[in-house]
Amino acid sequence: MSYAGFKTLFPKSDLIGFAVLAVILVIVLPLAVDIFRLNLIGKYLTYAFVAVGLVLCWGSGGILSLGQGVFFGLGGYGMAMFLKLEASSPENTAIQSTPGIPDFMDWNQLTELPWFWEPFHSLTFTVLAIVLVPSLFAYIIGVAMFKRRVGGVYFAIITQAVAAILTILIIGQQGYTGGVNGITDLRTLNGWDIRSDEAKYIFYFLCVFLLFVCLGVAQYVRKSKLGRLLVAMREMEDRVRFSGYDVSNFKIFVFCLGAAFAAVGGAMFTLQVGFMSPTLVGIVPSIEMVIFCAVGGRLSILGAVYGALVVNWAKTTLSESFPELWLFAMGALFIAVVMAFPNGLAGLYSKYCEPYIKQKLKSFRAGRGGDVMAEGVAHERQ
Amino acid sequence: MATTIKTRPTGSRSKLPGLVKSLMGAAAFATMALTAPISLAEVNTTGLAVTEDTVQVGILHSVTGTMAISETGSVQAEKLAIEQINAMGGVLGRKIEYIQEDGASDWPTFAEKSRKLLVNDKVAAVFGCWTSASRKAVLPVFEQYNGMLYYPTFYEGLEQSPNVIYTGQEATQQILAGIDWVVKAKNAKTFYLLGSDYIWPRTSNKIARKHIEKLGLKVVGEDYYPLGHTQFNSIINKFKLKKPDVIFASVVGGSNVAFYKQLKAAGIDMTKEKPLVLTISVTEDEILGIGGENIDGAYASMKYFQSLTNENNIAFVKAFKERWGDDIVIGDVTQAAYLGPWLWKAAVEAAGSFDIDKVRAASPGIELTTAPEGYVKVHPNHHLWSKTRIGNAKTDGQYEIVYETPELIEPDPFPEGYQ
Repeated sequence: MSYAGFKTLFPKSDLIGFAVLAVILVIVLPLAVDIFRLNLIGKYLTYAFVAVGLVLCWGSGGILSLGQGVFFGLGGYGMAMFLKLEASSPENTAIQSTPGIPDFMDWNQLTELPWFWEPFHSLTFTVLAIVLVPSLFAYIIGVAMFKRRVGGVYFAIITQAVAAILTILIIGQQGYTGGVNGITDLRTLNGWDIRSDEAKYIFYFLCVFLLFVCLGVAQYVRKSKLGRLLVAMREMEDRVRFSGYDVSNFKIFVFCLGAAFAAVGGAMFTLQVGFMSPTLVGIVPSIEMVIFCAVGGRLSILGAVYGALVVNWAKTTLSESFPELWLFAMGALFIAVVMAFPNGLAGLYSKYCEPYIKQKLKSFRAGRGGDVMAEGVAHERQ
Repeated sequence: MATTIKTRPTGSRSKLPGLVKSLMGAAAFATMALTAPISLAEVNTTGLAVTEDTVQVGILHSVTGTMAISETGSVQAEKLAIEQINAMGGVLGRKIEYIQEDGASDWPTFAEKSRKLLVNDKVAAVFGCWTSASRKAVLPVFEQYNGMLYYPTFYEGLEQSPNVIYTGQEATQQILAGIDWVVKAKNAKTFYLLGSDYIWPRTSNKIARKHIEKLGLKVVGEDYYPLGHTQFNSIINKFKLKKPDVIFASVVGGSNVAFYKQLKAAGIDMTKEKPLVLTISVTEDEILGIGGENIDGAYASMKYFQSLTNENNIAFVKAFKERWGDDIVIGDVTQAAYLGPWLWKAAVEAAGSFDIDKVRAASPGIELTTAPEGYVKVHPNHHLWSKTRIGNAKTDGQYEIVYETPELIEPDPFPEGYQ
């Protein structure tokens, strides 16, 4: 990418935001907290993937999906299937009636591995499936909905129904999916112990890296023509349609992109937490993910990351201190967010902090005279 | 910390420099070895949260979310047991302090909190979990960090972790004697198996079916409904059609309320025992929600009922009501949860140490003569020997005990011929 292209993609204010987040995640947090807390932060960050996807779908495109847990879950289950197969080697499962299949299948009287589990012996396939299966699923839902011009509240309700259906399916087909227990007791990845502290550090940094990849993609989409079209669609869909654009295709694309982000988050969740269960797929977690996005600010991809971090951190600390009352505190927090600052943390930042920082920068530059001129010219050229 | 000595009898804690302390320690050890409580260095070699006069344990249950209604009883029982132990002088001269965490009815949260208790707080034992899903979620954590979990719920078996003591019944302990009783005492020939759709009812019914077929009797139907299901009319019609002698029910949670109300509304009077309802999932706690009048006449197969009349239980019920209020009822799992701290105390004292490995080694064979359910003993497979009892539900929400196995039943988490 050329320098000019880079400047368009990351205007100075955004670049500072990215840099600050990177410093916090890569340097400050790993130094400031022990591995137990860092692992928790890694877990929170997996929700940030979903929240970033939601900023694109909901914040930019106006498509409110209340079923992102579905994609998070599909990604997570994909990873879990691979890890479970590895943990279920014939030696490890010798006490079962049928050694070599996952323990929950044995409990449910299955005697051989179902066909759709077979390909998950391969890591390459698993990695591809983690991204492609949820994207494909989102594509199918997207085509079915957006081509028929189903939108708004109806779309939100349908995504919620999909989340409910998938949960019921997973719980009902416990011989194939592990049921309500989920897929548990995951130990190694290609022979490497994923439960060691070393592995947790590596997964944390991998998670941060992937998050920045997703943030980069999201930023690119927002700054591209597509991003502007999404906003236009959100504000006045018909006018975009009459201008000759096929609105549904843009919606399908951004919905699939959000699904892919969520799936990557799900896979990282499985790796860091060590299991996957249907409680992360259903309606409640899906709505929680929307809340992370709303708290962070639904128009800001960086805000979404902070939202996921802050809400989950609050959840952990409040529930540690007040095991019986913490839910009320969380409720109060959400109400406060909606009542007091509807644009979330990002809204607070741009309202109070940003003008202050800008002014500081301005006075700082004024001291350096010449540079300001150069800046001004550069700005005009854009 | 090999030099620290225990000075609690005189009430003063040594603040002397290390060398003096170590000299004193040597002297003190020589003179006081027989009378002083065991030194910290001896009872804790693995860095657990044990001090001169306290030891920390964890309580990990859901106090919020859908499981809170079931798990609250367990939390109360565990707290009561801990308070009683402290009143008696604690464990190895140390008062128990508990750190309570909320699993929030959410399995990943259980995993997170158990990791926090073991890694951050370094607790010496955890009393907690209720659903199988939550236990499955924390199990790898306990095995990785070598913690010790006391798990109170009756469950499906098929598990035997070195890091868990199962104070509830595994499936065969609850089911086999119950079916034998209903066959002998009520001359039952046909059974209809019904359960919520997850691992425990499915495994339980698998064991029940194998046992029924071994006895030469017949299962006329087997059905499962999702957790939280509230429409049981179709299955009630099937009961009417197939006329089983026994409805063997393992419906859990809120579904029970709908099931028994609809059963009654459909004109099936359980007191007439045609068909007879035998449940393995309704304790006194659930009856609070169902309403005594709606379940009057059903039978339950459990190891404990509040109405047990032995001395231990009378004292336990009295203490429980004094601590938590007169309206409270005590179900099977609540009693099993109460055993946890006591079994742990006994094992720690037998081991003379809080070290997990030593407690584990000392656990098999630990006996409790003061258990509300009567005498229990820890089996080498980490489950408890216990009796099975049959209760008949009454309108006041209590069970009248109609049968008790004469012998303790051996726990058998991997039953041969039932898988």
